[in-house]
Amino acid sequence: MNNELQKNGDDRSPGEPIVEITAMHKWFGDFHVLRDINLTVHKGERIIICGPSGSGKSTLIRCINRLEEHQKGRIIVDGIELTNDLKNIGKIREEVGMVFQHFNLFPHLSILENLTLGPVCVRKVPKAEAEETAMYYLEKVHIAEQALKYPGQLSGGQQQRVAIARSLCMRPKVMLFDEPTSALDPEMIKEVLDVMIDLAQEGMTMIVVSHEMGFAKSAAHRVLFMDEGEIVEENIPVEFFENPQHERTKLFLSQILHME
Amino acid sequence: MVDSSQSIQAEQLKPPITRIGVIGWLRANLFNSVFNSFLTIVTLYFLWKIVPAFVRWAFIDSSWNTTGAACRAAGGACWSIVAKNFRFIIFGFFPYESQWRPLVAMILLFILLLLSSNRRFWRKWLGYAWLIGLFAMGLLLKGGLFGLSSVDSTKWSGLPLTLLLSVFGLTAAYPLGVALALGRQSRMPAIKSLCVVYIETIRGVPLISLLFMSSVMFPLFLPEGITINNILRAQVAIILFTAAYIAEVVRGGLQAIGRGQYEAAESMGLNYSQKMRLIILPQALKIVIPPTVGILISAFKDTSLVVIIGLYDLLKTTQSTLSDPRWMGFSIEAYIFIALIYFAGCFSMSSYSRRLERELYRGN
Repeated sequence: MNNELQKNGDDRSPGEPIVEITAMHKWFGDFHVLRDINLTVHKGERIIICGPSGSGKSTLIRCINRLEEHQKGRIIVDGIELTNDLKNIGKIREEVGMVFQHFNLFPHLSILENLTLGPVCVRKVPKAEAEETAMYYLEKVHIAEQALKYPGQLSGGQQQRVAIARSLCMRPKVMLFDEPTSALDPEMIKEVLDVMIDLAQEGMTMIVVSHEMGFAKSAAHRVLFMDEGEIVEENIPVEFFENPQHERTKLFLSQILHME
Repeated sequence: MVDSSQSIQAEQLKPPITRIGVIGWLRANLFNSVFNSFLTIVTLYFLWKIVPAFVRWAFIDSSWNTTGAACRAAGGACWSIVAKNFRFIIFGFFPYESQWRPLVAMILLFILLLLSSNRRFWRKWLGYAWLIGLFAMGLLLKGGLFGLSSVDSTKWSGLPLTLLLSVFGLTAAYPLGVALALGRQSRMPAIKSLCVVYIETIRGVPLISLLFMSSVMFPLFLPEGITINNILRAQVAIILFTAAYIAEVVRGGLQAIGRGQYEAAESMGLNYSQKMRLIILPQALKIVIPPTVGILISAFKDTSLVVIIGLYDLLKTTQSTLSDPRWMGFSIEAYIFIALIYFAGCFSMSSYSRRLERELYRGN
């Protein structure tokens, strides 16, 4: 089943594989959170993962940059396999940016310092150059005038845009979004989604855990539906929403559509 | 017509006279309930009893620079005990003619502390200044070079000894405590259990017993012929003791930092030391400034426990003065004097910490 759908996705995928997950399992103690995950993401591809809470979708993307450890199977990111080797983990994290539900900006650093920290400390970019890059990306997320403020002085939507800019400053090859709009007030969701759509149009490889249908329809190549730790269904956005195959998917879609 | 209505309005905006000014303040703060009014009156009664009597004792009837016998005749406070024994109380047994040396050393220390209290000066040159200053202070106390006569460390006493034990005790205990707190959070079981055992053991015994062990038991384990300076041993005991307490406070701070901060730092590719140094510790240490200063203040005062192993710190030199028959019986005056010295130390620490907190909290 999975393989069939995978092929379907592959047809549309623009580049070579950058994230390859094969037969991956993960347990939290005795609890089997991820079961036999197979997923290949290609360069430039944008994937939306949705599913009910507790389905393991956040855990899945957190495995990609090793915030969570998988116990079985393989994860290869940008040609490097994730193992316990700290060096490899570091290398992968340099190439994989992550945006969190609760932004997780560093409250004791100014916006500009938040953005330059990674490039200066990890990529060893000279400070002046890092600041230039930071201003470029702040401009891009329409928030350059806040550069010298502290995260606590910004609204949720602004903080999330800063968080996106912070990840971009590392010039990542893949961006992971873990429910980037779930903690936002409704009127702020759009400003964050707009930034994400801009990013998509520039061809960034994105893996997004989200229930934002609008974003999925306008920017995603594929939508994955997860439930109980499995990838249940996988399809191009139009097919996924218009013509869901599985009972569980239909139920889920009816629930979130009802919500909207 | 319009005018009068306006003036009425303006009058209405003013609160009643009994709500503002002195009467308002008195009402709001001293007589806002029956019980508080009662407390206010009782307090006033005791102040009326105590304050005039104290002023008479401490100032009007006091003697400032006389002999002990003259003090007894005068009946008031005998500040002469401090004035006449000032140099012994402050410098103890340090050779009389060389007492300018610890004085200069202390002045140096104060200048360095004052400079370090300003965060704008936290640059490389301050580090070098400390290095040179420490060397100069050591040289001034120890002597034996540049024509300075050599002074045995057993003669170090009084305020310089108290400052030595506390300044180095506190500055060494703080980083050690932070390291222990990080060790206790470590995922490596060996390091973690080592830190837990250390912290719990040290916190389980009183400082006095540590000082005793360092001065009485520890030398028994050393090979014959090797001795370690008594002051150094007391210093190490104070450092080890204080560090354990700081470790627990810092651990509290570390636990207050949400997992998201760790994850954001990790997902950015920061390694462990970068993550801790740049992200976690600056936030955690800031949170625990108040309890940390509490520990540092009590450690400062606890240095007076070294009397128990025969070191003549400020408290002990004062006590020795009191055992002089000429000055017996004036302990209150002498203790008030050293209380003021300790208070100056503690108060400057706590007011500095408040300033630091204010500076660090700007913006978030």
